[in-house]
Amino acid sequence: MNLTLKVWRQPNTDSQGNFETYQLADVSPDMSFLEMMDVLNEQLMSQGIDPIAFDHDCREGICGMCSMFINGEAHGPDRLVTTCQLHMRKFKDGDTITIEPFRANAFPVIKDLAVDRSAFDRVQQAGGFVSVNTSGNTQDANAIPIEKKDADRAFDAATCIGCGACVATCKNASAMLFVSAKVSQYALLPQGKVEATDRVLNMVKQMDEEGFGNCTNTGACEVECPKGISLENIARMNREYLAASLKG
Amino acid sequence: MATLDSKIPQGPLADKWNNHKSNINLVSPANKRLIDVIVVGTGLAGASASATLAELGYNVKTFCFQDSPRRAHSIAAQGGINAAKNYQGDGDSTYRLFYDTIKGGDYRSREANVHRLAEVSANIIDQCVAQGVPFARDYGGLLDNRSFGGVLVSRTFYAKGQTGQQLLLGAYSAMNRQIGRGKIKMYNRHEMMDLVVVDGKARGIIARNLVNGKLERHSAHAVVIASGGYGNVFFLSTNAMGSNVSAGWKIHKRGAHFANPCFTQIHPTCIPVSGDHQSKLTLMSESLRNDGRIWVPKNIEDVKAIREGKLQPTEIAEENRDYYLERRYPAFGNLVPRDVASRAAKERCDAGYGVNKTGEAVYLDFASAIERYGKEQAHVKGLDENDAVLVKKLGQEVVRAKYGNLFQMYEKIVDQNPYETPMMIYPAVHYTMGGVWVDYNLMTSIPGCYAIGEANFSDHGANRLGASALMQGLADGYFVLPYTIGDYLSDDIRTGSIPTDSPEFEAAETEVRERLEKFINNKGTNSVDYYHRKLGKIMWNKCGMSRNEQGLKEAIQEIQELRDDFYANVNVPGKADEFNEQLAKAGRVADFLELGELFAKDALERTESCGGHFREESQTPEGEALRDDENFTFVSAWEYQGKPSEAILHKEDLNYEEIEVKTRSYK
Repeated sequence: MNLTLKVWRQPNTDSQGNFETYQLADVSPDMSFLEMMDVLNEQLMSQGIDPIAFDHDCREGICGMCSMFINGEAHGPDRLVTTCQLHMRKFKDGDTITIEPFRANAFPVIKDLAVDRSAFDRVQQAGGFVSVNTSGNTQDANAIPIEKKDADRAFDAATCIGCGACVATCKNASAMLFVSAKVSQYALLPQGKVEATDRVLNMVKQMDEEGFGNCTNTGACEVECPKGISLENIARMNREYLAASLKG
Repeated sequence: MATLDSKIPQGPLADKWNNHKSNINLVSPANKRLIDVIVVGTGLAGASASATLAELGYNVKTFCFQDSPRRAHSIAAQGGINAAKNYQGDGDSTYRLFYDTIKGGDYRSREANVHRLAEVSANIIDQCVAQGVPFARDYGGLLDNRSFGGVLVSRTFYAKGQTGQQLLLGAYSAMNRQIGRGKIKMYNRHEMMDLVVVDGKARGIIARNLVNGKLERHSAHAVVIASGGYGNVFFLSTNAMGSNVSAGWKIHKRGAHFANPCFTQIHPTCIPVSGDHQSKLTLMSESLRNDGRIWVPKNIEDVKAIREGKLQPTEIAEENRDYYLERRYPAFGNLVPRDVASRAAKERCDAGYGVNKTGEAVYLDFASAIERYGKEQAHVKGLDENDAVLVKKLGQEVVRAKYGNLFQMYEKIVDQNPYETPMMIYPAVHYTMGGVWVDYNLMTSIPGCYAIGEANFSDHGANRLGASALMQGLADGYFVLPYTIGDYLSDDIRTGSIPTDSPEFEAAETEVRERLEKFINNKGTNSVDYYHRKLGKIMWNKCGMSRNEQGLKEAIQEIQELRDDFYANVNVPGKADEFNEQLAKAGRVADFLELGELFAKDALERTESCGGHFREESQTPEGEALRDDENFTFVSAWEYQGKPSEAILHKEDLNYEEIEVKTRSYK
């Protein structure tokens, strides 16, 4: 396939960016989107043009490092995949593809398509853990049976990869889906109950301080989430938050 | 020249670790506050070590090259984690896990280390559950298990096909707690460029801030390398794009011996290569071999018809399929260890029975599992067990619940539905058993420099069993290193903080700067990837699933030439003081170009076959690996001498007190 690529170029955080247009020929439909970007970068370098910076690592959809807003959608047109698992067979010969970074005030652009998502780490540091020492001197793992349904729902929430697609998709750049996934995981498990009050208050506070927007229940985040994290988690976090506020 | 002292404690095997813990020196809580430790890497080993060291009271500085510690490639581990819990009551025990691991490693690992690993394994599960890791559970609410290759019990704990993710996020959460308390200072997007050795001791690192390109000096009383394996020396592997050997290689060049570099795991079940553009390979978890059956057609005509698209695998009758693992290894069947399964696939494909266009693929088929589960479900629900459509639907639901994410991943990449047609798989580089040589305390041959997790060589011998990498990473990080490091640091309680303005730091930083500038100023014609791909081809063709003397000698020669070409003609665009991915990659490939040669040299030296290392000259008439215990029951530990070709071999003899060394058989 032959493609026209409109790519966001921005040398660093402080400078202003703009779209550049590149032509790329002979793209195989079996390539992943990032392999297509590799080929483009090889072409740019051979022309003496600075290659496009983008984040990526595992290339199997689990590390959460790849981002990219492709034709107006986080991780592109396919569902339940990250950009690294998006394949070129989803596009047609002659297509024009627009590639932007994940945009949000809390995610400043570092260079081109790479953004700074350390705000997510700081939200986790505010309470995304169970305060148990890692000495191994805990009780036997089977001492507390957990209903399979709860264990499975906790797992579903815990599969969030922290990519930031929810924030990039949300018109308010809200991080509610991300934060609620962690709050839910612990809220559904007995291990998380002890610190439930402080956890939700502290994580929400940090989320607000990082400059993420508010949730208006649009649900776009759920649609674009590569791991299918459910909106139910936001409802659960709101309940947890309300209960914690009344207690606190 | 130091001789190798493995520092294995005296006494009976089963008591060594407990006695050792009781006898080593400790650092008091008040003094731990005066001691700094650097950890490089945030996978299971690095994250768990950082968290525990900080919890104990040390000041920890942790580095990762990704944008967050949660991205480390442990996240991609799929199948599970072993532990000798014996929850299934199927005869498991610490001894059996120990025995399976030694046997699986083809009798090339250290008994004392492996026994310790088996001992602490059960604790890992307790710890992770306490942290809120959502392992799979049965309907009674208790933890579920499954079986992995090379064992006859079910001891693998799992969280669907995302066990690594859940365990890493558990360790990441433990780290976050300590970052929040200020006990860990986290450096994201920082790469270790060199180790700084002062008065013979590891005292810090030179790191590069990957966002602005600035070099930084960081000092500490000890440095822990937890930077993972070097599978990317093959270019195509299941490793992450950024996975690299550089931290391990830099300490090797500063005096740490590098052990068994040729011991590489080629994983049997990966998605086959689709074209020249391929940047990495994707694993399909070994857990799939619990339910998937591996086969190729019996008749070569069927193979041809499949390749031409005239025949579908589902149309081939049962009697015309060769379930070659079940045929060759009736006792273990599809669950033979990885090295055995990989070689068997290669054997069939080399004989012309590969089922895709390139001739390098075999089938992994779930049809019988779907039928078996479907019938079971129909029976449980009181439905008609003879209704084929219903049974298939019910069976597919069970398989989806167990392996859903893996099937989805396969479908996205290959564009075929594995619920309806068998998966196509082929072996790919996955893990490296070799790594930095460490003693029983996990210290390298540089005092104060430690290596943990995949970065060290210690526990898996010549072949790692499935679901044991996660076990080792967390065992090293949570339960071993935090104690053994105290023995060394107890001498440092009065040292005070290490200054970064010493000549050693100055010299190391200058060296790094010059290296970076050389790349930028080279202005060559070929990209970094051009060389990486070429290196990968040499490694795969001559140091891959089977190796021979001539090929290895050629590989050494070709790698040397490629390295010279790289330094003369590589093109690294941009500047050193900016976000520059090509520059970072150039440094990593430069190290791979040296490691690759040592790898081939090690493989050439070891003329026996063992585990993942198969020398064509050393095989049984049936084509099984033939060990040479008389001459090769040792760990090869290489000492750096200016260039890989001049590295000196030290041998650490392996003594088996508890286990009788036998020919490994899975028949």
